[in-house]
Amino acid sequence: MNLMTTLSTGSGFWNPVLWLVALIITLIIAYLIWARGERQYKAGTEQVKPFISGNPEPRKGAVHIRAGNLYWGFTDALQGYYRRVIPLHTGILTDYLLWVLWVTALVCILVVV
Amino acid sequence: MIEEFIFTNLPALMVAVPLLAAFVCPLVAQISPAMRKMWVMGSMAITSLLGLLLVMRVYTMGTFVYVFGASTPGLSIPLDSGGIPIRIVFTVDAMSAFMDLIIAIVGFCVILYSLSSDERRTSPQYYYTLFLLLIAAVIGMVSTGDLFNFFVFIEISSLASAGLVAYSVEKGRAVEAGLKYFMVSALGGIFLLFVIGILYGQYDALNIAMIAQRMQFTMLDKIALVLLVAALAAKCGAVPMHFWTPDAYSLAPSSVTAMLVVASQASLYGLFRFTFTMYHLSLNYVTIGWTIIVLGVLSMVIGVTMAIPQKDVKRLMAYHAISQTGYMLLGVGVGLAVLGNETAINSFGTIAMEGGIFHIINHALYKGLLFLTAGAIIYRIGTRDLNRMGGLGHSMKYTMIFFIIGSLAIAGIPPFNGFASKLLIYESVYLFNPFLAIIAMVVSILTLASFVKVFHSIFMGPPLPEFASVREVPLPMLLGMGILATLVILFGVFPQTVVNLIVAPAVHALIDQSGYISAILGGA
Amino acid sequence: MLWNLPFIAVVLLTAIGISIILLKKNLVKIFMGLNVLTSAVNLFIIAVGYREGGIAPIFTNAPSPVMVMPTPQALCLTSIVIGVATTAVLLAFAMLLYRMYGTNDVEAIRELRG
Repeated sequence: MNLMTTLSTGSGFWNPVLWLVALIITLIIAYLIWARGERQYKAGTEQVKPFISGNPEPRKGAVHIRAGNLYWGFTDALQGYYRRVIPLHTGILTDYLLWVLWVTALVCILVVV
Repeated sequence: MIEEFIFTNLPALMVAVPLLAAFVCPLVAQISPAMRKMWVMGSMAITSLLGLLLVMRVYTMGTFVYVFGASTPGLSIPLDSGGIPIRIVFTVDAMSAFMDLIIAIVGFCVILYSLSSDERRTSPQYYYTLFLLLIAAVIGMVSTGDLFNFFVFIEISSLASAGLVAYSVEKGRAVEAGLKYFMVSALGGIFLLFVIGILYGQYDALNIAMIAQRMQFTMLDKIALVLLVAALAAKCGAVPMHFWTPDAYSLAPSSVTAMLVVASQASLYGLFRFTFTMYHLSLNYVTIGWTIIVLGVLSMVIGVTMAIPQKDVKRLMAYHAISQTGYMLLGVGVGLAVLGNETAINSFGTIAMEGGIFHIINHALYKGLLFLTAGAIIYRIGTRDLNRMGGLGHSMKYTMIFFIIGSLAIAGIPPFNGFASKLLIYESVYLFNPFLAIIAMVVSILTLASFVKVFHSIFMGPPLPEFASVREVPLPMLLGMGILATLVILFGVFPQTVVNLIVAPAVHALIDQSGYISAILGGA
Repeated sequence: MLWNLPFIAVVLLTAIGISIILLKKNLVKIFMGLNVLTSAVNLFIIAVGYREGGIAPIFTNAPSPVMVMPTPQALCLTSIVIGVATTAVLLAFAMLLYRMYGTNDVEAIRELRG
């Protein structure tokens, strides 16, 4: 294709313009499906309310899933890892400086010896 | 006449304009706040313009050597000095010009943004003094060809950014962050000074090109190299010396955070400049290359996994900044590890370095954009806690669009710029070591997952009653974000143009040590 | 042996400085340790630049045109100035932290973690 946009990566190539064309076609298909939706509805009646099996709609604030509840499963599954890594971020300045010195010493051993 | 003056003194003016503007700013602010804003914006615009001129000149006409106080600006070795460049020399080669370009773009957007976002601060005139000082220091760091000069500029940048991080005291928490940042930087500065002492004692020179030419890689040079790598890796926030990064990035004002990202990258530039140009083949490139790769992989993995459980939006983004720094270290580290291997560097080493260097500018753009959008949200709702946000997509549409662009770019989703550079890194690193490439891809997926969480908790959901009065942010902030977002898209759609125009010359400048030396010492 | 004395002093000062930084709990003492470390580096640069029987580069009445380059001294002066600025900023931080947190104990200043 066009030389301006094709990125050659040594073992392959990547063309964003082709990708954009594909994206636009997908969007057009999505729009066509969306446009086939129901047009005849009565505004202001129950038809526009969310359907929750007839239960009363909860407060707006209660519907939103807050950030702390997301990825609970992920962090729980990796608990063994997080239990070790998070306490390393102690917040104590001298620990941070000690880490810098440790890394210096380690690299020193690697390079000099 | 004036044109000629500007063109011959470009590198000096690049530092002088923001430096002068910084210290005149409190005086101008005495007249009126509007004058102060015009002064700050005007001087930054001039600096960016000079930066773009310099970049154009370097990419068309080659390395720009500027000698302070010489009879002609290009005269790096005075006739009676015995072949030693005794004056301070600014050497702007393609790599430096590349960094100058980043600073010119991001600096302009950030200052534009901060005109609105920081107007509520107490004594803003001193705030802008520090801000312009930081910009001047970062420009100096990437332009200088002198080791001691580099040390001075890195110390100025640490001082200015520590002051800026602690600027909004926030019940002492910002001061704590500033303290941690500054202590690590000060220790790094002392390491650098030790290195300067060691190298000057052996080679009687402070000029990087001169030291590079005389480099023998003795035992002392090895120690100097270790100290350099440790100090600069700590300053650019590589794991396990990253602990200051989330503190400083999350507590600094958002416009400052975007600039701090660039300041960290200037340290990264220093790391690459010294390993490639000063030591080059004389160093034990496999060991150092692998050290940098290991630091990079650790940064990628620990950065992204630490980001996922965070509850503070800017702290989360700061951990992502660490993780993205890992990509740059990985890409360039692979290049360094195969530096002496002619076939390897031609088949994938250069591509890996192109990926790493390309990622630097991409990261500066999209991370700057993300920190600015986070700042816009904090500006309107006054909290950084993700658990208290929600439903802002209804009232802050433009910020939401910019956030989507930034987060897709950082996660490496086509067609944004993050994908282009990550693709270069994946494919070349795969040839070097498939395992590393797989880690890089997994990290990218986790990045996307984490930004889905941020996006959901900030923008999605029904409009919350407590944020009913929230409006879109003022125009200057939107403009600042808009410029960055446009560049993110442009760089993503025309990756090969960007690589050919600015990235490949920068990589070539890093690899080609003799070119750097002969630019200063003249055909030696 | 005597000739190496400055370098031995540098090593000692470095060790003292680093151990103060790592072992002391009070912020002000940590800053003192940092200053000791800076002095060690300054001494190192000066010791490296020392030439026995060298002539100071003051051109009036110089006994010989061959003089010592004053670069290490210039470096050292610059580094002292930077050290002063660093210490000033750090002490300002310590003062603010004491005012806000009510302590200067480095292990108590850990609101930011995780």
